[in-house]
Amino acid sequence: MPDEQTHISDAMRAAVGQELASRVSYPVTDSDIRRWAIAVHYPQRPPALYWDEEAARDAGHKGIVAPLDFNPFAWLTKEPGYAGADDDLDANDPDRTEKTLGIAGPGLKFQLNGGMSVEYGVRMRPGDVITSVSRLAGYTERNGRLGLMLMSTTEDTWTNQRGEVVKKQQVTLIRY
Amino acid sequence: MTITPGSELPTLQWQPGFHHWNRYAAVNDEFVPIHMDDEAGRAAGYGSAFGMGNLQWAYLHSLLESWVGDRGRVVKVACQFRSPTTKGLTVTAHGRVTATREHDGELWVDLEVWTDDQHGNKMTPGTATVVFGAVAGSEHDLAG
Repeated sequence: MPDEQTHISDAMRAAVGQELASRVSYPVTDSDIRRWAIAVHYPQRPPALYWDEEAARDAGHKGIVAPLDFNPFAWLTKEPGYAGADDDLDANDPDRTEKTLGIAGPGLKFQLNGGMSVEYGVRMRPGDVITSVSRLAGYTERNGRLGLMLMSTTEDTWTNQRGEVVKKQQVTLIRY
Repeated sequence: MTITPGSELPTLQWQPGFHHWNRYAAVNDEFVPIHMDDEAGRAAGYGSAFGMGNLQWAYLHSLLESWVGDRGRVVKVACQFRSPTTKGLTVTAHGRVTATREHDGELWVDLEVWTDDQHGNKMTPGTATVVFGAVAGSEHDLAG
């Protein structure tokens, strides 16, 4: 911990605004979408627009669409591919944000997803290739049940292969 | 259905546990010990392993997309993850209209959305905005 009153070091403050990652997905497939929808809706059957072309067209789409919360970057990305997956950083390391930027993190033990805010653009569909560019938006702190908690916010913009905005999201990570 | 402030959305309900969390981990590559191991959940300060925040997020989207259907689109969703889904909880997704407005022939609807458990604890309070493409009169009467 940088000092006794804060988890936020000078290096962390100076890093606000920097790009954290740029990713490009593999083309989204209908199976990716179908499995995602089945997992989320389990044990109920997911809505047909995620797995039935005809039903999706009847609903006004060009064919099946992905759920808005679908993540095309799970498992492996086209870019950076294994160069990103095989980096020395543990995906579950609470200091991953800072280590990605080449600075020391606060060394906290636990992390939780604190909240999300998303504005949606065009839908994701099979065949889409999604690009994500994320930046560190800022840090705040507050005292909670589990001690002084650090909140870091990242901003992430997704676009498709036509340059259309799919979504703009802010995610707050809580560490303690 | 008439959409006015105070209108409630039909709820959706889940009873999540490892069967749900494992499926979600499999599609989102989210194999984190706190979601897989009761000991890890307890070490993090909770009574058991617990579900992903992303899955609660997905539940809110399921609620909204089920309600809107082919009549419109979801344009904005935000929520806080205040309380995790530990084992044995029944999670219900709720929505309530807070405001409506017409813009360029479309009906924009602001909502309060949240999930809660069977004890009434709100786990993911949030907000959303959805847009219906056709405004059917000033009473915002929409089929469905």
